[in-house]
Amino acid sequence: MTRMAVKTVAETTAAGPRYSNLPAYDVQKVRADFPILSREVHGKPLVFLDSGASAQKPRAVIDAISAVYEGEYANIHRGVHYLSVRATELYDEAREKVRAYLNAGKASEIVFTRNTTEAINLVASSFTGQGLQEGDEILVTELEHHANIVPWQLVAERVGAIIRPAPVDDDGLIIMEEFEKLLTPRTRMVAFTHASNVLGVITPAKEMIRLAHEKGIPVLVDGAQSAVHLKIDVQDLDCDFFTFTGHKLYGPTGIGVLYGKSEHLAAMPPYQGGGDMIKYVTFEKTTFATPPQRFEAGTPHIAGAIGLGAAIDYVNGLGRDAAAAHEHDLLQYATARISEVSGLKLFGTKGEKASIVSFLHDDVHPHDVGTILDQAGIAVRVGHHCAQPLMDRFGISGTVRASFGLYNTRDEIDKLVDALDHVKEIFG
Amino acid sequence: MLDDLRELYQEVILDHGKNPRNFGKPDEVSHHANGHNPLCGDRISVYLEVDSDGVVRNAAFDGRGCAISQASASLMTEIVSGKTLEQVEQLFRNFHEMCTSDAKIEVDEDLADEMDRLQVMSGVRQYPIRVKCATLAWHTMNSALEGDGEATTE
Repeated sequence: MTRMAVKTVAETTAAGPRYSNLPAYDVQKVRADFPILSREVHGKPLVFLDSGASAQKPRAVIDAISAVYEGEYANIHRGVHYLSVRATELYDEAREKVRAYLNAGKASEIVFTRNTTEAINLVASSFTGQGLQEGDEILVTELEHHANIVPWQLVAERVGAIIRPAPVDDDGLIIMEEFEKLLTPRTRMVAFTHASNVLGVITPAKEMIRLAHEKGIPVLVDGAQSAVHLKIDVQDLDCDFFTFTGHKLYGPTGIGVLYGKSEHLAAMPPYQGGGDMIKYVTFEKTTFATPPQRFEAGTPHIAGAIGLGAAIDYVNGLGRDAAAAHEHDLLQYATARISEVSGLKLFGTKGEKASIVSFLHDDVHPHDVGTILDQAGIAVRVGHHCAQPLMDRFGISGTVRASFGLYNTRDEIDKLVDALDHVKEIFG
Repeated sequence: MLDDLRELYQEVILDHGKNPRNFGKPDEVSHHANGHNPLCGDRISVYLEVDSDGVVRNAAFDGRGCAISQASASLMTEIVSGKTLEQVEQLFRNFHEMCTSDAKIEVDEDLADEMDRLQVMSGVRQYPIRVKCATLAWHTMNSALEGDGEATTE
């Protein structure tokens, strides 16, 4: 992906997506790339509307992982032998693909982790946790996934620092005046989601980062959902850290990414100790490697990184704009169709959104709705979506969430709506 | 498909789910525990009044949850009222076995009617992830009797 091809998030949020003059998007061809989509569940064709939890994998990713193990596998950064050198090349190529995907300035700013959660824990422990004092504040928002709350609590509790949540309005939109007020002289870190995993609502990240930076406060952006749906340009955002995970981006599980600005990574102590992250070790003292190796102790998920690289190639190959336009169409169609079903309430429908809808039945609990949909072969997520504070904000215990990916169709949304009618038939 | 679902969501369950019996905290409570299903975030509280002879005089619950967990809690409070603690423990074991195993359960004769009534919940066996919904109230009651105060389905 070239720099020119990158449309920034700021453009997307400010003016709305512009999808004119795009090549036709052949969703049936895309579906054929995903072997699992041809299977049945409970005797019905699978309708997979849970990509927000974890996306399915295209043949290209499955093959890339098999190819490593079948033909090009050895441990990296160690051997002088052919396969070790080759595996190291592939691993480094994957890092470069991630760099380009995020438009980071340098590949050394890309650290491979296990997932988004580990990436946030790494920053909480090695960056924010250093020098944190009693009474210091870490600002998050009410939208956060537990993964962007608990790591901060762990470092805050050790010293008596405080977690402050920036409030959202009834549509799940950040109340910017309140956010700005919560940036105080005691704020040591700001961490927020780029797109809510529950509502799909996209936060005005660039503006929030600008406000925090005006006061000299570093910012971590949780991109677990946004990296799938938006073009990300970390240089344009100017975030200090950006995190996402491979498995939601049609890649394998067990591989995530931390982007960090060079100057921060260079100053940070290791997160874990071990092999591959050192320059020189004696029993008295160890000199640590430079980033990113400093933060990748032990043998990493080599095939996972290579699989993530293949996923990025696959997504880029479809055309990011065309895929985004397709997902946007699904979001609008689903919002309109679900709104027509009586007895349902949708949450977070305003503003720019990733392709996620969350709703609740007036009388029927999300778990019961989920079971009924499952019998129709439809996979949705039900419950609190690891965002209990947001559930508390809305005074509910959970929602039904349908999240749409590259491979979903309007026809599948029709099936969802038909199955929602069964809820009425069962529960009267 | 709807037939399979009606096997799970039988009329009795829908009725108890919509109109739970013994709902709300009673005045006299000797044993109490809070139950939590971390999977869905549902919470319930179970309240018991156990007399000096070890007989449950009254059982009640409150909280929110799915149709399965509400119905199970409602049925449970009706069934354990008037039972000795030994009988309650036996019912808990039998109920748990019924929800998780296809094997025929050996039931004491004096509890046969109660187990017949609880049979309506046995449809959850086909829905492994929903077993926790059905057993949450029972685990919570067990915690109340054992003095733990807290129960989760984890």
